[in-house]
Amino acid sequence: MDISTKNTEAPPPIPQPTATEQKRAAHGATRPGDRIFLGLSRGSGILLLVIMAAIAVFLTYRATLAISKDEGNFLTTSDWNTGATPPVFGIAVLAFGTIISSIIAMVIAVPIAVAIALFLTHYAPRKLSGPIAYVIDLLAAVPSIVYGLWGAMILVPNLTGLFGWLDAYLGWTGIFSWDGGAPRAMFTVGILLAIMILPIITNVSREVFRQVPQMHQEAALALGATRWEVIRMAVLPFGRSGVISASMLGLGRALGETMAVATVLSPDFIIHGSVLNPGGGTFAQNIASKFSEATEFGRDALIASGLVLFVITLLVNGAARAIIARRKEYSGANA
Amino acid sequence: MAKRIDVSGLTAYYGSHKAIEDISMTVEPRSVTAFIGPSGCGKSTFLRTLNRMHEVTPGGRVEGKVLLDDEDLYGTGIDPVSVRREVGMVFQRPNPFPTMSIFDNVAAGLKLNGSYKKSELQDIVEKSLKGANLWNEVKDRLNKPGSGLSGGQQQRLCIARAIAVEPKVLLMDEPCSALDPISTLAIEDLIGELKERFTIVIVTHNMQQAARVSDRTAFFNLAAVGQPGKLIEIDDTERIFSNPSVQATEDYISGRFG
Amino acid sequence: MSNAAVTEKRASTLRGARLPKWSPYAIAAGSVAVAVGIGLAAGLDSRVQLGLIAGLLFILGSYVIAARVEGRRQAKDRVATSLVWVAFLLAVVPLVSLVWTTIARGVKVLDVYFLTHSMGVVADSQPGGGIYHAILGSLEQVGLATLIAAPIGVLTAIYLVEYGRGNLARSVTFFVDVMTGIPSIVAGLFILSLMLMFDMQPFGFAGSLALAILMMPVVVRSTEEMLKLVPNELREASLALGVPKWRTILKVVLPTSLGGITTGIMLAIARIAGETAPVLLLVFGSKFINANPFEGAQASLPLYIYQQYGSGETPAYDRAWAASLTLIAFVMILNMVARGIARWKAPKTGR
Repeated sequence: MDISTKNTEAPPPIPQPTATEQKRAAHGATRPGDRIFLGLSRGSGILLLVIMAAIAVFLTYRATLAISKDEGNFLTTSDWNTGATPPVFGIAVLAFGTIISSIIAMVIAVPIAVAIALFLTHYAPRKLSGPIAYVIDLLAAVPSIVYGLWGAMILVPNLTGLFGWLDAYLGWTGIFSWDGGAPRAMFTVGILLAIMILPIITNVSREVFRQVPQMHQEAALALGATRWEVIRMAVLPFGRSGVISASMLGLGRALGETMAVATVLSPDFIIHGSVLNPGGGTFAQNIASKFSEATEFGRDALIASGLVLFVITLLVNGAARAIIARRKEYSGANA
Repeated sequence: MAKRIDVSGLTAYYGSHKAIEDISMTVEPRSVTAFIGPSGCGKSTFLRTLNRMHEVTPGGRVEGKVLLDDEDLYGTGIDPVSVRREVGMVFQRPNPFPTMSIFDNVAAGLKLNGSYKKSELQDIVEKSLKGANLWNEVKDRLNKPGSGLSGGQQQRLCIARAIAVEPKVLLMDEPCSALDPISTLAIEDLIGELKERFTIVIVTHNMQQAARVSDRTAFFNLAAVGQPGKLIEIDDTERIFSNPSVQATEDYISGRFG
Repeated sequence: MSNAAVTEKRASTLRGARLPKWSPYAIAAGSVAVAVGIGLAAGLDSRVQLGLIAGLLFILGSYVIAARVEGRRQAKDRVATSLVWVAFLLAVVPLVSLVWTTIARGVKVLDVYFLTHSMGVVADSQPGGGIYHAILGSLEQVGLATLIAAPIGVLTAIYLVEYGRGNLARSVTFFVDVMTGIPSIVAGLFILSLMLMFDMQPFGFAGSLALAILMMPVVVRSTEEMLKLVPNELREASLALGVPKWRTILKVVLPTSLGGITTGIMLAIARIAGETAPVLLLVFGSKFINANPFEGAQASLPLYIYQQYGSGETPAYDRAWAASLTLIAFVMILNMVARGIARWKAPKTGR
């Protein structure tokens, strides 16, 4: 094979390759150097696939070891007694807590993140928005354990007032009733998770809003729209799917967050109706908290709960990617 | 209801760069005024100062006066949002809102300005689309997205959207430059009809177009790249194209430069 | 309320009644004052509450005043503006507090002694001790993880960009995306399941493996982006000179995108350096200096923070904050240097 034909295989691979081109690429490496290099790089790709498969296989295998001996129903039991004979454990509390804390986090974080993104793209003075965006980028990199430490030492003591207030005015709903215990509850976890995922959602949303074509915004302006009306007519509709996928990425992170939850929550194995009373737990937090005292069987049980978390985050992330992919097609069709 | 525009001593900046300098002119109501001139001479910038769109660009600011029937658009207490409602604009590239249907695109400006009954809204949308010579082509698919139309149709949709709010003045920034000759002809015919109701100002690169559609023509030029653009002369279109009073205009029109 | 603006009649269609420029500040000041007043009257002492009340008052006040003077559309616009500002300030408070407390509390015990001593003979309830063993553990674990993940990640990206066609490339792309979303604790559980299989005790390298799993997809993604930025003309120019493809990649493509790839790897290191969960499961933590990552439990900086916090003693809290400050400083410096490289080496495209 000569050089000029190889030229045509040069990336980036945007157009769909023809069958002959694919064939050429398959045994395109005739020189030893080319063959070794292709082997190495393709091998790395394959290794990634193997790792993913291994994660699924090994987690499932260890999980079945534990679940097969579980005397309770793994999905509906709200108890975690792996040391008892026979062992009784289930993820009901963890699933509930994981979902509740993530919902709280999303409800708080998404509107605020969208507002900050709009602030950076449409409201803030230009000189300010650049540095602020940079700082938000940096904040996305703050390790979760530091958020956890801050949450436990600073956020928790500062929430008693808010909790009392919520209890006084919204306590009748049951969801916000508070018995006056330390505010190490699901609501606290939700707030902390919201603070943690705020930078990611803000960053992605900001990118999306920045890409809104100027001409649509000018069209709205020329019709006599106020700034807010421009945003409602031209910016938000265009950015909606981007914001959704940004939120899903944030959700994925909130679902799997371990240390921040483990430091802030005071867990138990009861499903609480109120988000202000301490108790409950999340998948990741439960693994971290229970791990050090767990026997080998106990660890397998924790692995089983981790498998559920794994599947949930896969679904959420998959959905986010699908939305992003759809949006690309959509905007391409419009161009 | 069309209004007269009186510009005096208008200078516009991008940051510290002076884009146009000391422009004064009068635009008569119910007429078409064309702006011609080489690229970068500031004719589009000047157009955008007439509905306060220039200041939307970062660093954009304006000195001087633009009187719309004796009221200064840049006077104190003037709300740019209200200005843009009175002075509509059509852009170079057709820009219907991609997420809205044809109907919603035309109704977009109306919905901003308060509550209309459904039937009222339908009447106005129909009237505007007819006014833009688009009704027959889209009446069966008003609920389809506007982005599905051809370029020329999209541009007429944008014109319908602009005239739906009944502006006093209609600004057009090279409305045909992205269109094929047949669509261009359709828009030019439309401009001829619209001038019965509106004061129209059109920026164009196409001198035949200026000659065809406009009553008066203004020629802009700049001394050199980086220098601010200036108004060289404004006169009846016939005179500009047959017997301009400034040599530079004649050079430009006869194709000797630019 | 400003009477000057109200008295101006709507004489023309262009002249909407406008609130004076200073009105948002006045409303903001008024809201804070009223909020403090309410707080004092009702005996509230939580600043969180006062802030919420002030924010609420500000938004309500803006709407009511603007609606009366300027009309409903302008009022909505003002509310949107104030909401956006309130959201921004609301978010700034915790983030500033986080950075500020970490610095303020961290400097208390952070000194050379702290950085050069372990917790070997120090009980949690005693002051003294340090993070030398944790820094050592972190550096070894993160370093080994980088040694594994960086080459695999870069090679995978090369495969995807330079060779990738067909089903294999598509599935690699898809699973890299999937891998990005793996919670760190799940990566830890995976290695744990292997260790349970072979009946192994915690050791540093096990943590490195989990961290490497977390790092790989990040490296692949960023390297891919960088390789795609290399213009095709460069590759074609080299190939047309008769240079084999692998040498073209090594000598032309990689050097061109080296800055960007380095940035990506550094950002990935910054990300895994703060990971606690897998280290907790696999390395376990230790009070002593253990320089051998292949045998015996090791400490790590994030894990150290967690365990010091967990001990619940005041001197331990101080150490946790100081360790947090060290960790944040490390991560931030990595980030800033990485972004600096990116900016410095960035291809001059009109972004």
